[in-house]
Amino acid sequence: MSAGNGATLAFARRHRLHPFEALPWIAAIAAFLLFPSYLPLGAQILATILFALSADLVLGYAGIVTLGHAAFFGTGAYTAGILAANGWGEPISGLFAGALAAAVIGVVSGFIVLRTSGLTLLMQTLVVATLLHEAANRASSITGGDDGLQGMQVWPIFGVFRFDLFGRAAYIYCFVVLFLCWWLARRIVHSPFGRSLTGIRENVLRMHAIGAPVMRRRLVIYTISAAFAGLAGALIAQTTAFVGLGFLSLDRSGTVLIMLIIGGVGRLYGAFIGVPLYMIAQDRFSEVAPVYWYFWIGLLMVLVVVFARGGIFGLVDRLRR
Amino acid sequence: MSEAANGPALETRGLCKSFGALQVANSIDFALERGARHALIGPNGAGKTSFVNLVTGALTPSAGQVLIDGAEVTGLPQSERVKRGLARTFQVTALFRRLTALENVTLAIAEREGVADDLFWPSGRHRRVIEEAYALLESLDLADDALRPVNTLAYGRQRVIEIAVALSLAPKVLLLDEPAAGVPSSETELVAGVVERLPPDIAVLIIDHDMDLVFRLAQRITVLVQGSVLVEGPPEAIARDPEVRRVYLGERASA
Amino acid sequence: MTAADILSAAVSIGFHGLAFAMVLYLISVGLSVTMGMMGFVNLAHGVFAMLGGYIVTSLINRHGVPFGLALVSAAILTALGSIVIERLLYRRLYGGDELDQVLLTVGLIFMSVAAVTYVWGPTPQPMHPPRWLAGEVDLGFRSFPAFRSFLILCGAALVTALWLGLERTRFGVRIRAAVDNLRMAQSIGINTSRLFTMTFALGSGLAGLGGGLGADLLAISPSYALDNLVYFLIVVAVGGLGSIRGPFVAALLIGVADTGFKYLLPGLGAFIIYLLTMAILLWRPRGLFGRA
Repeated sequence: MSAGNGATLAFARRHRLHPFEALPWIAAIAAFLLFPSYLPLGAQILATILFALSADLVLGYAGIVTLGHAAFFGTGAYTAGILAANGWGEPISGLFAGALAAAVIGVVSGFIVLRTSGLTLLMQTLVVATLLHEAANRASSITGGDDGLQGMQVWPIFGVFRFDLFGRAAYIYCFVVLFLCWWLARRIVHSPFGRSLTGIRENVLRMHAIGAPVMRRRLVIYTISAAFAGLAGALIAQTTAFVGLGFLSLDRSGTVLIMLIIGGVGRLYGAFIGVPLYMIAQDRFSEVAPVYWYFWIGLLMVLVVVFARGGIFGLVDRLRR
Repeated sequence: MSEAANGPALETRGLCKSFGALQVANSIDFALERGARHALIGPNGAGKTSFVNLVTGALTPSAGQVLIDGAEVTGLPQSERVKRGLARTFQVTALFRRLTALENVTLAIAEREGVADDLFWPSGRHRRVIEEAYALLESLDLADDALRPVNTLAYGRQRVIEIAVALSLAPKVLLLDEPAAGVPSSETELVAGVVERLPPDIAVLIIDHDMDLVFRLAQRITVLVQGSVLVEGPPEAIARDPEVRRVYLGERASA
Repeated sequence: MTAADILSAAVSIGFHGLAFAMVLYLISVGLSVTMGMMGFVNLAHGVFAMLGGYIVTSLINRHGVPFGLALVSAAILTALGSIVIERLLYRRLYGGDELDQVLLTVGLIFMSVAAVTYVWGPTPQPMHPPRWLAGEVDLGFRSFPAFRSFLILCGAALVTALWLGLERTRFGVRIRAAVDNLRMAQSIGINTSRLFTMTFALGSGLAGLGGGLGADLLAISPSYALDNLVYFLIVVAVGGLGSIRGPFVAALLIGVADTGFKYLLPGLGAFIIYLLTMAILLWRPRGLFGRA
């Protein structure tokens, strides 16, 4: 029985915090101290990590392949942005409003979209995002249309910490929100619910056959993920005081997938690796030749899929063996 | 054995299903008694797997009823029927491929126990679930494979885990769709042994082609041909039935 | 508005809608068939249509190649190019993870955007119809633009040839068998690997042709594959994956709806189509002509 106890014990302790898990936070704090002139970029990176993390919940854990995740990101961004451009610049309530709006879009679209699978599901997620993109374009009196949302005035956090050009408040703001969301995401992933999501991903037929309410579970994680993505969008809107149509674009949905793949899907930390790598590389590259960035990223995608599925995490796994 | 519930564990009445012109189920009346060891056989295309799908709810019938323990379940979705005590295995192994054996079984037990909707607390907290899963694997001699991903295991062992997952739902009715399908002959004994040792209070329906297995394990056999029940009876009677022999186009040496 | 005006508007919408539908169908039918056959999510299908468009416009604008020859060249070149992509990349992912296929093809789209910008620049390519197709065709009660009329006739001829080919030729029968049940097709001796490459080439060639023919309807620019992806996917999903006629009906619906709304309620067309798509798929998740 002792062998049994060993196996079940190890299994039951999978959720325990591992020392490596402190690394991203140490790195983030170190970056704050060591690169004071890059804090605005840093804040964007942190918020984008949250966006990629939200996509990982749906993609990596539940196995729902979506090309329209920017729909939630953009909804959160525009909600927070429109509030701030129309007299209500309080950041934290703006965040909640963004998350809520995105969650509503998530549950409504999820209800329709998650009934299908494969290419049809993929297409529907794209349709939802494109629909919202069109709506934002048309409602240009509210959203600023092609030019983007102008005149956002974001108030200081708690009335004290101003968002300034140095980006200190922005960085810490994004850090805290990311930390809280990461903690929540981690709990979800290690919970029985989270485990059942991996079942849905691995074999949905079998999930039905063990009596799992598959549609309901997918809808729940889709909505939670939408809320997180909305938070990320709101963060970027508030810290850059700008929202544009690109926040809802296929390009945005595609690049978050790419950032996630580079780090590794379904590992929780893929976002923490892929996003900084992508954004820092893009930042460097954009000074050289912005158009060709697309070429190299596309090529990287092709190479990763053919040779290095599992991204950086996958490579690490293989080296370990 | 409770006398209060006397009827069959599983019953179908006039079950029909057609896809356009193709009739896969033709007014099938079927009863599976408690604790039964019953086999459903028939040539390819007879509609055996469709029958299983109709019973589990994966397919909606054109007409007829399905009853579990005397209660009608015809309109209910798959998950509801599982809660009422129905479990199945698939002809092509349908496990959570990249997850470990232990994980596969705990997922099933977590559903049964209603624990799987917990979003917030770590799954490791539910020690009973994990220990029950491990104990089940142990009872089937699979303890060594508990922490290995199932797609790394020999196919015969995968088929046994497939049965373990269905068993862990504590079913009243167990439908085994070709339990030894695709298993190399060196491993069929493993699967057959497990089926033989299934708890006596579970009603078991085995769908299969393998006559050796069927005659070894079944107390009653139903023969399905082109969606209709041809004949039903104990193995010896079925083996001698000239109609059955004709349908199988030339006797098999073992029958 | 008089009845004559309404009729005239209806005829215009029908005509231009049909032209648009032809282009959408020619481009999307290949995607539907290959998707139904191999289950491969090829989001980069639009790239072949785009390349066809670039080849046709380049040959005409820069090299004075006759229109018909340019079209045929576009079809052949894209078909050949697709074979290379299929052999080199796509076949590694058959039966694999959907996510892998999505990422691979999105990567290819991104590469194509950059490559095409490098070669042809970022501005859309103008489409000048040949002189013998400029102007109008007078049918007595009305005149129609000659080029669009040619497009419709050409499209109709191609579609008829395609449908007849699929019904009557051995190649066509094999395609339909493989789409219906791949494993069964393999077990009766069809070389599905080679069949797929040929079908893929055919589909991509048609897409290239469609892209070239439709160059004034769907502008030939580097972001073509991204901009039009939604419409191609809608045609395939609403039509029914693997179906050959389904996408035609879907293309007609979209073509006429899109054109109609441009006439009557500009700006709302896209919304209505998207909402309609979701509604249709709620009612028929497999598409209008999809299999159960």
